[in-house]
Amino acid sequence: MAPLLTMTGIKKHFGGVPALRDASLEIEPGEVHALIGQNGAGKSTLIKILTGLYRRDEGEVEFAGAPSHLSSPRGAQSAGIATIYQELNLVPLRSVSENVVMGQEPKSFGFMINWPEAHRRTREILSRFGIEIDVTAPLGSYSTAIQQLVAIARAVSMDAKLVIMDEPTSSLDSSEVEILFGVVRELKSSGVSVLYVSHFLDELFQICDRVTIMRDGKTVGCREIADTTKLDLIAAMLGRNADEIEAEGLTELAGGSAAFDEVVLDVDHVATGPRLSEFSMSLHRGEIVGLGGLLGSGRTEAARSIFGLDPLTSGTLRLNGREFKPAEPSEAIRARIAFLTEDRKAEGIVPDMSVRENLTLALLPSLRRNGQIDREREKELVSEFIRKLGIKTSHMDQPIRELSGGNQQKVLLARWLATKPDILILDEPTRGVDVGAKREIQAIIRTFVDEGHAVILISSEFEELVEGANRIVVMHEGKSVSELTNPGITENALVRALAHHEDATP
Amino acid sequence: MTTVTSEETMRTDYTSRLKDHGGLIALAIILVFNILVTPNFLHTQTLAVNISQVATIAIVAMGMTLVIATGGIDLSVGAVMALSGALAPLIFLSDFGQAYPVLGLIAALLFPLLAALVCGMFNGIIVSVLKVQPIIATLILFISGRGIAQVLTNGNLQTFSNPEFSYLGTGKILGFPFQGWLALAIACLLFWVVNRTIFGRYLLAIGGNERAARLAGGPVRGVKIGAYVICSVLSGLAGLIVVAINSASDAARNGNLMELDAIAAAVVGGALLQGGKAPIFGAILGAVIIQLVKYTLLANGVEDEVALIAKAAIILAAVYIQQARKE
Repeated sequence: MAPLLTMTGIKKHFGGVPALRDASLEIEPGEVHALIGQNGAGKSTLIKILTGLYRRDEGEVEFAGAPSHLSSPRGAQSAGIATIYQELNLVPLRSVSENVVMGQEPKSFGFMINWPEAHRRTREILSRFGIEIDVTAPLGSYSTAIQQLVAIARAVSMDAKLVIMDEPTSSLDSSEVEILFGVVRELKSSGVSVLYVSHFLDELFQICDRVTIMRDGKTVGCREIADTTKLDLIAAMLGRNADEIEAEGLTELAGGSAAFDEVVLDVDHVATGPRLSEFSMSLHRGEIVGLGGLLGSGRTEAARSIFGLDPLTSGTLRLNGREFKPAEPSEAIRARIAFLTEDRKAEGIVPDMSVRENLTLALLPSLRRNGQIDREREKELVSEFIRKLGIKTSHMDQPIRELSGGNQQKVLLARWLATKPDILILDEPTRGVDVGAKREIQAIIRTFVDEGHAVILISSEFEELVEGANRIVVMHEGKSVSELTNPGITENALVRALAHHEDATP
Repeated sequence: MTTVTSEETMRTDYTSRLKDHGGLIALAIILVFNILVTPNFLHTQTLAVNISQVATIAIVAMGMTLVIATGGIDLSVGAVMALSGALAPLIFLSDFGQAYPVLGLIAALLFPLLAALVCGMFNGIIVSVLKVQPIIATLILFISGRGIAQVLTNGNLQTFSNPEFSYLGTGKILGFPFQGWLALAIACLLFWVVNRTIFGRYLLAIGGNERAARLAGGPVRGVKIGAYVICSVLSGLAGLIVVAINSASDAARNGNLMELDAIAAAVVGGALLQGGKAPIFGAILGAVIIQLVKYTLLANGVEDEVALIAKAAIILAAVYIQQARKE
């Protein structure tokens, strides 16, 4: 049978930066096909090309037996490609029926909407998936799961040949996931293909037929689900050799961090919501503790809980032995905690402000003199950090947006180092930074801990984590599940630990 | 690295120059036009009239600039003017005010400003704590503030003769109106606040990237409330000046449509509606341009209604220059 979709040699650049170097994807009719990869692997770019949101620079796309241009979302839709996004693009205040038939309403007398017919049609489609709801009620009155199913029903009613589901289960509970899987199977049996994007590997083994793995903008493999294992998939996503990991055998995860005896931070069963349900760890003076885990495992949420960004719903934080309950970042900063965000643009830089103003933003209260900012001291501090960290800027009053990503990151790192923190939380400190700046940033972090401070390091790059951390706390689905301690920290051991917990999930 | 062609460089130069000096260029054009066309334009009398009228717009526009710098907007400034303007005569015309004229005068200055401060707190809390969109949050006082003022005065025009109070609107220092000096003093103070104080730095950071400011420990709520409070107190002051000029308080007319003039002046002065910029002297420049356009048309016999269209054209031009900069 000819494949429904063939994408080969897809390339896409954004202003000189390659997002896709050589991506390919092949989907059979009636197949549930998974697409996986780490953050930045190029999954979403590939999907956006498939749905006509982006234009590819190079490469061939063939859909339903004909070459396809996919030049607009509307074109992709009418060709039979429907997308169910995480944030649904439906109208919550209108009825379920209206949402399903929108754009192709049944008419009476050629101009009036035939509502009884619309309701009947909607009920019919939904009943195929075993859903019986009041189709005249507003869509927004139903749960996210039902809304998602309505979106799928809408796709089906539009004769979609391929339904793309982007992290469809991320906001569903387990019973809702079962309903969704039922719908996916129903789609499959009626010959509709599904492209299933998820970072929950267990799900793939339940409903997918094949899986395509992406890494660094390339498609690195396509396997039959039946012939693969989670360890194999994780290894492929991270570019490791699965056999090697297997051969190495179980590493003793013996504990004890003898060299570090002074606890500065103790996190005890902390929860902030569904994305962080049970987080425990301890941090010692002079130590770098890494948080390891896959996308969505709760690493960033763990950092946010310590920094006062998400209020604790249970559990306790102890800072130097005393209970600590930060309600705002400013309280955490006063307690000498710093947090370098992973999202430099959205939460880090103030783009129109200068390097100087960005660098001293977290420091302002201590620069107060006679009711105003002590500009002399500010300038001294800024030039000191520009020199110490090797920040490349034409002058300290240059707008930060004109700096390269690596230099922006150094300014933000300087912002936090200038507050003289005891604990520095780094969320993806070297993401989107060139190799030279990366080495420099890592050296700065090393110096910082050697001075007797402590670091919590989050990184999707296992190499960085393994090389940098004295200890790694492994996170899985919002929980801290195990720890790797030196000398047992190797990339392979980390991959094993992650795969182990993927397997252990019921 | 991207290379920029010389043509692009020239274009950016041109638009950035237009953006930086557009207001001054506009002002120069208006001045030259008036000197050539409008009779008696260079008379000190004319200057004094224009200063006394521009002062209230400028004072409110400076407050508006701070609010806009946080990414907000304040529609209630005109209503707050009416409220504070209505309170002052009520106080110094009261039995207490008549019995103790000095205390009455002080109270007539302080209480209206205090009332304005409460209005600012109200706006700021609704915006920053309850997270209501500023345009809706300040609509509440926009509607009710003037209503309260009219209820307080039973809808009557209050006329009075109180030379001490009227000094606020008719006094002169070195031959120029008192309120002009007042506006200038406020501008210098606010310029210092914006550019030299921690509050000012946070204000710009919050407007430039609120999440980043919060993560860096910025007191987002406090600073936003502060901006709305300053804006309201300045509006209250402007309301008092208008009443002092007229020796009469008319709650129905005091500050009517001031929110539009103030927003227009701030935008013409270079404030970005998405926040992050607080050009205080720009607000004064914007107010002067708007006032001069009004005056020019009036002095040359053009009707009031047409002046409104001219005002709209200025705003359009200012917004166009801002857009050109973004591209």
